[in-house]
Amino acid sequence: MSVLIFLKAAIHAGTPLLFATLGEVLTEKSGNLNLGVEGLMLLGAIGGFSAGMITQSTVVAILAALLAGALGGLIYAFLTVTLRANQVVTGLSLTIFGTGVAGFVGKLFMGRNLPENIKAVFGARPLPILSRIPVLGTIFFQHNVFIYGGYLIAIALGIYLYKSKPGLNLRTIGENPHAADASGINVNRYKYLHILAGSAISALGGAYLSLVYVPVWQENVTAGRGWIAVALVIFSMWNPYKAIAGAYLFGGLDIIGFRLQQINFPLSQYIIDMFPYIITIVVLVFSSIYKKRDHSPSALGVSFFREDR
Amino acid sequence: MIRISKRLELPPYLQWLIRASSIIFALIIMSVFLLALGHNPIKVYSAMVTGSFGTFFRFRKTIELMIPLSITALGILVAFKMKFWNIGAEGQILMGAFAATFFALKFAYLPRPLLLILMAIGGSLIGGLWALIPAFFKVKYATNETLFTLMLNYIAIKWIIYLQYGPWKDPQQAGFPKIPDFSVNATLPTLGGIHVGWLILIALVIIAHIVMNKTKFGFEIAVIGESKNTAKYAGMSVNKVILSTLFISGALGGLVGMMQTSGVHGTLSTSITGGIGYTAIIVTWLAHVKVHLIPVIGLLFAVLIQGAFFIQTAFQIPHSVADILQGMILFSALGSEFFINYRLHLVKNRRAKRVVK
Amino acid sequence: MNKVIELKGIVKKFGTVYANDQISFDLSVGEVHALLGENGAGKSSLMNVLAGVYQPDDGEIIMNGERVTIPSPRHSIDMGIGMIHQHFKLVESHTVLENMIAGVKSRLFINYKKLGKELTELSQRYGLQINPFSELNMLSVAEKQRVEILKVLYRGAKILILDEPTAVLTPQETARLFDIINSLKSDGHSIIFISHKLDEVIEISDRITVLRKGKHIDTLKNEHLSPRSLTNKMVGKAVELKIERTKTDYQDILLEVNNLFVFRPDNSQALKGLTFKLKQGEILGVAGVAGSGQKELCEAIAGLQDKITGEILFKSENICGKSPRDIINLGISMSFVPEDRLGMGLVAGMDLVDNVLLKAYLKQPGIFVNRQEAQKEALNLIEKLNIDTPSVHTKVSKLSGGNIQKVLLGREIELQPELIITAYPARGLDIGSAHKIYDLLNEQKIKGNGIIFIGEDLDVLLKIADKIMVLCDGEVTGIVDPDLVTREDLGYMMAGKKLERGEVG
Repeated sequence: MSVLIFLKAAIHAGTPLLFATLGEVLTEKSGNLNLGVEGLMLLGAIGGFSAGMITQSTVVAILAALLAGALGGLIYAFLTVTLRANQVVTGLSLTIFGTGVAGFVGKLFMGRNLPENIKAVFGARPLPILSRIPVLGTIFFQHNVFIYGGYLIAIALGIYLYKSKPGLNLRTIGENPHAADASGINVNRYKYLHILAGSAISALGGAYLSLVYVPVWQENVTAGRGWIAVALVIFSMWNPYKAIAGAYLFGGLDIIGFRLQQINFPLSQYIIDMFPYIITIVVLVFSSIYKKRDHSPSALGVSFFREDR
Repeated sequence: MIRISKRLELPPYLQWLIRASSIIFALIIMSVFLLALGHNPIKVYSAMVTGSFGTFFRFRKTIELMIPLSITALGILVAFKMKFWNIGAEGQILMGAFAATFFALKFAYLPRPLLLILMAIGGSLIGGLWALIPAFFKVKYATNETLFTLMLNYIAIKWIIYLQYGPWKDPQQAGFPKIPDFSVNATLPTLGGIHVGWLILIALVIIAHIVMNKTKFGFEIAVIGESKNTAKYAGMSVNKVILSTLFISGALGGLVGMMQTSGVHGTLSTSITGGIGYTAIIVTWLAHVKVHLIPVIGLLFAVLIQGAFFIQTAFQIPHSVADILQGMILFSALGSEFFINYRLHLVKNRRAKRVVK
Repeated sequence: MNKVIELKGIVKKFGTVYANDQISFDLSVGEVHALLGENGAGKSSLMNVLAGVYQPDDGEIIMNGERVTIPSPRHSIDMGIGMIHQHFKLVESHTVLENMIAGVKSRLFINYKKLGKELTELSQRYGLQINPFSELNMLSVAEKQRVEILKVLYRGAKILILDEPTAVLTPQETARLFDIINSLKSDGHSIIFISHKLDEVIEISDRITVLRKGKHIDTLKNEHLSPRSLTNKMVGKAVELKIERTKTDYQDILLEVNNLFVFRPDNSQALKGLTFKLKQGEILGVAGVAGSGQKELCEAIAGLQDKITGEILFKSENICGKSPRDIINLGISMSFVPEDRLGMGLVAGMDLVDNVLLKAYLKQPGIFVNRQEAQKEALNLIEKLNIDTPSVHTKVSKLSGGNIQKVLLGREIELQPELIITAYPARGLDIGSAHKIYDLLNEQKIKGNGIIFIGEDLDVLLKIADKIMVLCDGEVTGIVDPDLVTREDLGYMMAGKKLERGEVG
């Protein structure tokens, strides 16, 4: 039974990672590597939390998180797409900027609790029928609506990328923007739209942390999850379906230290806390050793200029 | 309609003029933000300067920030020159500090010069080895170094916290989790009121400048950064150079860790870095990966951080404003490169214009 | 005649260089109009203006009598223009079908089955057999080209622009392409055919426009034209287009390769047991369709391939598996002009001095580099080869393709190597410069040095090489005497067919 509860909690803990990873998948499919996921998550976290505190409305809180992420994405897109700035450094700057903004605005809400009505919206809502499936029902279908939203976005993203026409156009851009351009695809418009959408989705991961996971404002609430999400994109080979598995696996790793300490596991909690990071490294190394084929978009990280030859 | 085309190379002075204006542009944008908060931006900016240089104490604080920022940036520079994106300086500093603290606590009986030298060597060695781990995997399996070095930062932080709460907890602190303070023997001496790190910084800048610009090793680093294929083609031992460079990169971080524990904080905790490992990345980037500009940009950022501390008390502006300002300067500097590399033309709208339905 | 397109006074500048200077051009319905000119004459630039890739600095574009602007490739496609670029603009990891439909407006979801049928029908109509579901990286170069042609037809193009389409084809594939062009023409399409090869232009086109150094020289009807007069228009002066094959009588074997296997990173075989000999004072030409193992062969000898087996004997010293540094340390002087100039031979972001230093620094004494020496050498190269550069401190990436090529070749030849490996040395050069390079290589040959010459222009190979090795899919189909075989013979060999005659040791 306790294993079931652990797995259920792993999904809870993996949800912020799932959103962040899905958003980054979308961005990277357009050929842009955004290392600012941590910053986007922080923007989403503070955007959602502050709007929730001020308006007491869940819908506004979610919209504000999306908007905050999209604005962060807009800065990134303007610099890397229009001004063709270095994507790595722009992403790092976005993280610094997001940390600053979240810290600045967060000062006003330090240690304060979310209104009860918002907390109530995100209470557990077992899904009819599905939640009664033995084992799977308990693990997957007795959660809050935010978690179900994660499932939906992952699946929708998969269908979009692999079955739809705009998805094909997007993948073409990520592989070879010059080919896409010659095919009549508006490369920059696609990049903008998908970076904005991707950033907004990543920001939802931050909002999950501040609205659901720890509904009290605390400084640096993301604690490096944005970076793990960047690694998870590689781990999941840019595939939204695999991202689901990856995110929940890492969610489990995130909480295992605390759980093991509860059962007096003979290893310091602080050492166990290293596990997610160590596993990320192990995954990175293994995926580089055993990469049969490089799944990353071929034009990832390269700016596009039509008159380049 | 505006058209964009690539430029031929701009003369260097114009390039730097554009870059300098980008920083001013960021300060202007920030002024609007400060105005909105009800502050006079000129007062705030001038307070940041006086907060950094107004008294000897403040000046010392500023230099104490500039030293680790610049040395760390030098370490990052050698890696970045090779396009090895080492963003693990934070962890390299902490691991260096860990090694230095090991000697400071376990060999406190040694004479001061010997102990300090041991601490410096130990710090550099462990910092260097810490950076060698991702370098090894990069060389062997082309593993992504950006994420690898970043994950190592978090591991280093957890390691220090583990020491602080576990084996190295000071028994005299009545349960308060803190690593013991260093003895006098383990403390860096001062020269002119500031720890001797400033002398080390000057020496390192000169050495780094010569190595990067005049030696075969520096040439090899630069060529590898441009193209590994070309480097191999020219007969360079690419892997050996990458590994040695990363060892040096990490060792400089480790040395900073030693200096921060021994010269500034007198003990080990995760706060000895104060985010220097990340800020130094920005310093390196803004210095355009050029050694002689590192101390200049390093000082600028020291002022920015020290000034932000000052305005926090003087104007009740949260310290996170420093992060926002850093972000703004970076965005602006990043964007300015566009105007260095491209030209904009205004094309007059010609009369007849029929674009297909 | 009915004009579909008229270009009037088109100007396109890159920095201070005029790629097109007041060029006028027109295309009639159902004609094949060739655009003839040397490398760098401005043919591709002019056509990229039509394709919406480049924006002209001045001039007018008139389509069916109306003045238009073409601000993007999308607009160009909508006007019925389809350009088949010299470097294919395709996604290697996608299927043929995905490549073809990307960017075409359609329903939200893709019906792969239905589209597959549609495309198969379309391809059969023009005799272009292509399986819409095969992945692009499984196709040959000629097949990829057919995908590009199909792609523009699928978008409803009535005007096709083919940019140097024959450069990558064997003579037989070229003949097949000409059949396709003729069937398109009889179907009412208008075609612009870009080439620098006279005989092809004369064979396929109705009219010929000659460009030189960005300027319009002449537009002629393709009737009773002499190749000689066309060449003179193209080059600008009466040129002696003879490539000498100087005879030498060295007998010593310089390089002997036995049973050489090279494996790609995924462990597939790039070279499958190559065996050949190269004498001193000999030029060994290597022919083959792009990607037949030429690159791996060069790199294996130069020490740049890791997974290799077999023997590479340089004056009976086995250098197989040795790194470039090992080879230098053995005292072997070998030069290598790789195909990827800026990705391997030169450092794009460094100036001429540092690029000369690249090959010299290891031999300099001490731990410091000596840039004065390199600068002297760089100045020497600039003078000797007429390299057009603002200064020795200009980044090579800012130079034109031809000048980049001269820097690389010049540096490599100046090293006085015993063995020169050169991949496509004349690519991107105008005829004059190309001949200068051939002369330099012949000079080296007379000195007794051996040369491996990877070529794409079969006519040049037939003239300059002492013997020609033909590669197909990593295997040698034959090593032949150029005096005993024709271009067509080489074409068959490139496709993998063994030849009964002409074989030499």
